[in-house]
Amino acid sequence: MSTELPVLTSADFASDQDVRWCPGCGDYSILAQMKKVLPTLGIPQEKICFISGIGCSSRFPYYLNTYGIHSIHGRAPAVATGLKAVRPDMTVFVITGDGDGLSIGGNHLMHAIRRNLDINIILFNNRIYGLTKGQYSPTSPLGKVTKSTPMGAIDNPLHPLSIAIGCEATFVARSIDVHIKHLGAMLKRAAEHRGTAFVEVYQNCNVFNDGAFKHATDRDTKAETVIELEHGKPLIFGKERSHGIRLNGFDPEVVDLGKGISEDDLLFHDEKAVEPSLAYLLSRMRYPEFPEPIGVLRAVDRPKYDHELNYQIETARADKGPGDFDELFNSGETWVVA
Amino acid sequence: MSASTDQEVNGAAKSVVQLEEATVRFAGDSGDGMQLAGTQFTNTSALAGNDVATFPDFPAEIRAPRGTLAGVSGFQIHFASTDIFTPGDALDTLVAMNPAALQTNLGDLEPGGILIVNTDSFDAKGIAQAGYDASPLEDGSLSSYKLFEVPMTKLTRGAVEGLGLSQKMADRCRNFFAMGLVYWLYGRSLDATLRFIESKFSGKPEIVEANSRSLKAGRNYGETTDAFVSSYRVDRAKLEPGTYRNVTGNQALAWGLMTAARLSQKDLFLGSYPITPASDILHELSKYKNFGVRTFQAEDEIAAMTSTIGAAFGGSMAITTSSGPGIALKGEAIGLGMMLELPMLIINIQRGGPSTGLPTKTEQSDLLQAMYGRNGESPLPVIAARSPGDCFDVAVEAWRIASRFMVPVMLLSDGYIANGAEPWKIVDFESLAKIPIVHPAARENGEPFLPYERNQRLARPWALPGTPGLMHRLGGLEKQDGTGNVSYDPDNHEEMCRIRARKVELVADDIPPQELTGEDHGDLLVLSWGGTYGACLSAARAARAEGLKVSHAHLRYINPFPRNLETVLRNFKKILIPELNMGQLDLMIRNRFLIDTVRLTKVQGKPFIISEILHKINEIAA
Repeated sequence: MSTELPVLTSADFASDQDVRWCPGCGDYSILAQMKKVLPTLGIPQEKICFISGIGCSSRFPYYLNTYGIHSIHGRAPAVATGLKAVRPDMTVFVITGDGDGLSIGGNHLMHAIRRNLDINIILFNNRIYGLTKGQYSPTSPLGKVTKSTPMGAIDNPLHPLSIAIGCEATFVARSIDVHIKHLGAMLKRAAEHRGTAFVEVYQNCNVFNDGAFKHATDRDTKAETVIELEHGKPLIFGKERSHGIRLNGFDPEVVDLGKGISEDDLLFHDEKAVEPSLAYLLSRMRYPEFPEPIGVLRAVDRPKYDHELNYQIETARADKGPGDFDELFNSGETWVVA
Repeated sequence: MSASTDQEVNGAAKSVVQLEEATVRFAGDSGDGMQLAGTQFTNTSALAGNDVATFPDFPAEIRAPRGTLAGVSGFQIHFASTDIFTPGDALDTLVAMNPAALQTNLGDLEPGGILIVNTDSFDAKGIAQAGYDASPLEDGSLSSYKLFEVPMTKLTRGAVEGLGLSQKMADRCRNFFAMGLVYWLYGRSLDATLRFIESKFSGKPEIVEANSRSLKAGRNYGETTDAFVSSYRVDRAKLEPGTYRNVTGNQALAWGLMTAARLSQKDLFLGSYPITPASDILHELSKYKNFGVRTFQAEDEIAAMTSTIGAAFGGSMAITTSSGPGIALKGEAIGLGMMLELPMLIINIQRGGPSTGLPTKTEQSDLLQAMYGRNGESPLPVIAARSPGDCFDVAVEAWRIASRFMVPVMLLSDGYIANGAEPWKIVDFESLAKIPIVHPAARENGEPFLPYERNQRLARPWALPGTPGLMHRLGGLEKQDGTGNVSYDPDNHEEMCRIRARKVELVADDIPPQELTGEDHGDLLVLSWGGTYGACLSAARAARAEGLKVSHAHLRYINPFPRNLETVLRNFKKILIPELNMGQLDLMIRNRFLIDTVRLTKVQGKPFIISEILHKINEIAA
């Protein structure tokens, strides 16, 4: 790199707008981590664009001094596709939520991921509709009592990571709003991945769904309920690092280390596994039966849609030249009227 | 009007009848290759120097059960030595490949017209499937036509004998036999179609040979059979000098869009989801990647629209193509495009509605959808193409408006224009006016950038992502004018709604005044828009020939209307508005000008024929 980039700080990425999330909202933490990560990416501010849909999370672009579009409900991945198709030079983040991304915008999410567009999708999962004041969301658990489910939710919930892996996402990770160092690291890894990076962030809605992820954030329990994935390492968790995950046939099981079970008997994490089966298995590990994995579940390479699209344009131009309109108009059968 | 001369053809005395114009329809099963036959006859007629207008008409089903009424596909060609604007009211010649095609098309054949039938398909099953009690070839019901009974299946099989083709393959050459016969009937050269066969089936020499033989066999049959005593000639039309080619509406539209992009030094982005009758634009544009055309086949109509918005933000000439049902799905996103005040084109190739409606048939029933089909106060410029060739000009014009005013423009075409073909005078690219677009430059001085600062046309700057110092956020929430920041201020909201509406109104200063044909004062003005142009123009012309004081005005610009439109309208005692809907432009004209009108509406999935409009004109005049 011959051009020197100005040294940017977190403050350079703050827009002049007042942040209007409810006090105590998990979104503040995600915004703070994002502002910390952006200056470390080595990308000029003007080359970054945040695109969101509708919902609490989707106000995100207004608070960052980059290019941005606050679009319509669920459509951010499609807006990003258009931008990225014509401007592969831009670094694009899509900010979405569980309702925006998995309900009204499920189709676009699925297709952005399967195309492996080079964008970063950050899905804030608070398992509730916050902006519309407390209806159940596609990630709300069965039986969840909300304004629209007074007798409890009867819809089986979706699990964002399983959806992403089902669409063969090339990068899938999970973090937690209050786990700030880990969150920052995941955002950075996502930004550095070439292809669609999908990050689920457990995010607390302290107004409509307080404590939805208490099991994963509570100091006293989190060591037993969360397992931090590390590439090439065995799956070990617990305050004393005394439990592990072992494969029993096709299914994971929790085992205690010692008593004839050593680390070598455990499942070793391989984020680069070509087949998504292992990542999918990890995405199915859920509280309370299992500790819930955080970290990078999958990080593999596959051709990127925007790259392929523009490569076809360049190839066609190289083969046929830039296109001559007079030649085009006069192609095929023509006749002259004198 | 015809002149007859006797002439020796191949030893047999056959007369050649000179005609000013003729209308021919090929009709058969949807698997019979009638669209191909029609297209080839069109190209050949155009190459012979005729003016041509076509009307392909096919069922929504790809292959309805063979021999059924539902499976009939037709292609109508009107060709003339004068300038013509419609595919013709009634048929001079009908080719019916089977009983079902005869049943569904005979009503359009002029009494005394030429009827060519493939007798081999008139077996008991085919006759029954078409709903006939007895063979119409034998019950005398066709006595008012010049009936030619041709065993086409048998003759075609004979022509391709020895090539080793299966019977099924041999029978697939029948359309070429039928074409050959019609080519002979109208004195057409086989050359262009032989060239087409060579290139279309290159690499399959036996198919090239079979189709070529069938075509020639059809021609020879006409020439040698005693049954055909006359053939017909339609001379070259006196078109404006220049080099011509044939274009369909969708093709001309695609080329116009590419041209507009180049004229504005932009790459073209198309976000589209397949839908009849718009898909051919996607197919056509996807061929021209070297022209800088990026086509994105989206996962749905909404993604097609929102990706268009993303590409517009990114600085491309961004467009989306669809038809009514797709436009309905795009509604919310179109509103976002309008709110973001980014230039883009939304193209609706209208078809029969509502809901899935009549996907392969034509209608003009999405005008009010284009005008008002979005939530909130969300006016957009609306412009409409009138004919296949006109699609080219309208595409360029739509982009000129969109980029000048920073606004999404609705462009309306319809299935009739989209699939129809006409000669197009090839333009010289260099002669086309450039479309200048300026993007604000980078700012290093920290001076704040106002994304909603406006020029005299109320257009805001089109700042491109990646430009240093211009970082800004756009969104669908109401915004403060100037800064573009989210604003819930009541007065600001009202002002913004009025600004966005005023901006669209200002387009009226940028478009030519409304023109008309005929006198600018009179008893009756026929006012039309879109694909009814040809029928309305021709009807008004015919009425003037009858001595009536009838003029015709055709609207290209529907929102806003040309500034002088009210004056134009008030110079006539009566206004007739023919439309292929239940009176949508009529509603707009009455609402806008408080002026009385007469409506003529038709919603049959079919275009107007001239006589329908002429009849109404005469009724009003009486």
